[in-house]
Amino acid sequence: MKKLAGIVVFTVGLILLYGVSSLDDFPSWGTPDSPANKSPLSQYFIKNTIVDTEVPNMVTAVLADYRGYDTMFETVVIFVAGLGIFAVVRVFEHGGASRVVTADTKPDIIITNTCRLLIPLIQLFALYVLAHGHSSPGGGFQGGVIMGASFILVALAWDLDIALKRFSEKQAFICSGIGILIYAGFGLASVFLGEEFLNYGIIHKILPGVDSPEMARYYAMLGVEIGVMFTVTSIMFLIYGLLATRGKMTAGL
Amino acid sequence: MVEHAPVLLMVVPLLAAVFCALLGLRWKALCLPLTIIGFIAALYFSVITFLQVSASSDHQVIYFLGGWNASEFPRGVGIEYRVDLLNGMLLIVIAAVALLAAIFSKQFVSMETPGKEPQYYALFLLLAVGLMGMTITADAFNLYVLLEVSSLTSYALIAMGSRRASVAAFQYLIMGTIGASFYLLGVGYLYIKTGSLNMQGIHDILIGEGLLESPAVYVAFLLIFVGVWIKLAFFPLSTWLPNAYSRAPTATGCIIAPLMTKVSVYIMLRIMLTVFGPEYVYDELSWSGPMVWIAVVAIIAGSILALGQKDLRRMLSYLIIAEVGYMVGGAWLLAPGGMARGESLYSTATGLVGTGYHIISDAAMTLCLFLAVGAMIVKAGSSRIEDMKGLFRKCPVTMACFVVGALAMIGVPPTCGFFSKWYLISGAFEAGRWEFAAALIISSLVNAVLFFRIIEFAYFGKLPEVDDAHGHHQRHDEGGMEENPPSMLVPLVLASVALIAIGLFNKEIAGYLSQFLNTVAMGGQG
Amino acid sequence: MMIGLWGMISKNNLIKKLIGMSIFQTAIILFYVSVAVKSETANIPILPHHGHDYSPKIALAHAVSDDHENGGHDDHAGHQAHPVGPKIPDPDGYANPLPHVLMLTAIVVGVATLGLALAITQKIYREYGTLEEDQLLEKVRADDHG
Repeated sequence: MKKLAGIVVFTVGLILLYGVSSLDDFPSWGTPDSPANKSPLSQYFIKNTIVDTEVPNMVTAVLADYRGYDTMFETVVIFVAGLGIFAVVRVFEHGGASRVVTADTKPDIIITNTCRLLIPLIQLFALYVLAHGHSSPGGGFQGGVIMGASFILVALAWDLDIALKRFSEKQAFICSGIGILIYAGFGLASVFLGEEFLNYGIIHKILPGVDSPEMARYYAMLGVEIGVMFTVTSIMFLIYGLLATRGKMTAGL
Repeated sequence: MVEHAPVLLMVVPLLAAVFCALLGLRWKALCLPLTIIGFIAALYFSVITFLQVSASSDHQVIYFLGGWNASEFPRGVGIEYRVDLLNGMLLIVIAAVALLAAIFSKQFVSMETPGKEPQYYALFLLLAVGLMGMTITADAFNLYVLLEVSSLTSYALIAMGSRRASVAAFQYLIMGTIGASFYLLGVGYLYIKTGSLNMQGIHDILIGEGLLESPAVYVAFLLIFVGVWIKLAFFPLSTWLPNAYSRAPTATGCIIAPLMTKVSVYIMLRIMLTVFGPEYVYDELSWSGPMVWIAVVAIIAGSILALGQKDLRRMLSYLIIAEVGYMVGGAWLLAPGGMARGESLYSTATGLVGTGYHIISDAAMTLCLFLAVGAMIVKAGSSRIEDMKGLFRKCPVTMACFVVGALAMIGVPPTCGFFSKWYLISGAFEAGRWEFAAALIISSLVNAVLFFRIIEFAYFGKLPEVDDAHGHHQRHDEGGMEENPPSMLVPLVLASVALIAIGLFNKEIAGYLSQFLNTVAMGGQG
Repeated sequence: MMIGLWGMISKNNLIKKLIGMSIFQTAIILFYVSVAVKSETANIPILPHHGHDYSPKIALAHAVSDDHENGGHDDHAGHQAHPVGPKIPDPDGYANPLPHVLMLTAIVVGVATLGLALAITQKIYREYGTLEEDQLLEKVRADDHG
């Protein structure tokens, strides 16, 4: 097997190097003149993001508006991962033995008190990253992961059962589903108003206080990122719970 | 609303999947009805889309998501959906196969994966959404995302089964990820050279700037194709397929086996024809020779390996490898003399019509056979061929459908299998590739041997002795008829009828395909 | 990339295969991001100062308030020339945003695949008790014949 692997890897490596090798063909590192960078597409993005959407962060604008459909399916991928891991690994045990709380397993007092202080700050930061994703690096995915990490921190510092009391498995599923429904809901709102799916510009007719298509895009992007955050948070927590307990969802690490 | 049909055929099943996963937590009985409603909606919208396509002047329907259309913005700013005759038909096939498999799955899901029905059906719906999305998109990166959606759902669906299924799912996962990553890398190379992600945009830039001789584009082509070949199980990259398909839970096998490889063949065709263009593929690369030889090896290897199998589903999986060989070989057949610019693709590569037709007919054949085999396994209690004795007496309708499927695989008129072999063989004769025609004929003979062996067992074998000590199998009278319940029979009968119908309508379908090929050769502008 | 590919194919232990997969995907992501680099001086693709200099809406608001200031009369003598509309960002000053976007998606997909692979590995371990590929294949073959 190792020989076969060696041959395969060698061949693939040679092919890749061949593709990159010829100097006048492959653009060199970091030139503004490479076809990808000079293409009308990326020039358009850089120049027109602010005009079309009033959002300074070009990456978020491309992610949530121009290529918003890809992002919707990215959210679906996360949802599928959560569903799939649940489906593969979850075992339902009836009446396990109750855990004995000894001195080792009792949550450590330093850790629990530190976390008590830190976790609200982490969650606030997560919300900041989400909301400020329009002007600084950030957005729905990043904020969602940080928020999910805060829940995982509860599970690590105390116990998975205590974390589950706050955010149970069922609630996590419902939360993740709501995230996708929010995203698709924005798209369908456009459809019902007559424009294409995910064309946020037309939503300015039904959103209160929004006067122009550009601002409608701005706020719809925020809404869509909120949906993404719901899904990412809940699925991150769910994946942690399922994988750490090998499917039993009790008695965490 | 109907002008949004291309998107709604994706969004409605997606919403159905989310509702299934959510509401199923509380009310388990809602899952299957939601799934069926989702698929009926998908079928409805895909039929509407196809009608729009055939009614439109240049035979395509273009839909820009988010409203970033090509007239006001540079092409590729948004994501574009483009439906033409080829993928219009394929969309209907995917929705129909998914619907039939969903109806069929009622018995099996509660048996094989208890307690997880909501997740199972949600994953089922999302698999179909991913497949349909792959078919309809005209953006190379969107294709990757949807490829991963359908791959992840299929890994999870297979791993939900028995313990052998988990190992098979792991192997499939590793191979599938390698394939998808190669595809991504290839798209990256193309992006570096052209700066666009839209399939039509890439084509225009490749032709317009004369990039076709560059090594980077060649490497991109190679990478994308190796990735796609892994996904469509082209011999010898097909080691994952027999394990994954034969050990999967029954209902999963019924939807994955007919569709995953065929959609991957469609992707190969789409990349060959739309992104790189026929001139590049057939003229610049002279791969046509070696490719057809590898396809011949694939067909023969698949058929011979199938002969040695004792397990019914494993045998069918090896036959799928052979069928993939038909399709890939057919796509690379080329009439001698190459292509003159401006000449229609149809006249020089008739094998492509065969491949396109075979995508549809093979999906139907595989569905029918997997459904029949699933039903047979339930009745016989095991999946080994020797245990299929006497099934004709017990469940004649099921066996009749199996026979229709078998005849289609062998290639007996008027089933669709005959016509697809006809197109492929005539394409082979035109291209002067006798070895391909010979391989097709040999494979038909091997199929005949295989299937008649099974039919002989099922017809003439004695029923197995009833062991009263078990008490499971209560037979009221010995040798009595115990037909399968309607939820299994209805899809099975519909699938077999479809086989004959696709055969009878072959002229129309081939007509659509040749129209599609005509538009491709003329530059495919849109 | 090649290390990852080697690991995926040749290693016996399932977890090592997954590590190889992870390395492979990360390398592809780095490759894409390297495409987006423009030059030493190009900035990240975010317009500075919340895009105030560039935004048409704010430029419009400035224009309106300027007009109000001047009382709406036409005399060009006394007032400063204010910019005609918003500035256009210079494409060479910002890195290409498109590969970044694509890689956000690819990272997420990679995480999802890794999570699912780990779940399947856990199931295999629970059912078979081993994670070495050759022992697994033997056990599976025994299952098939049993």
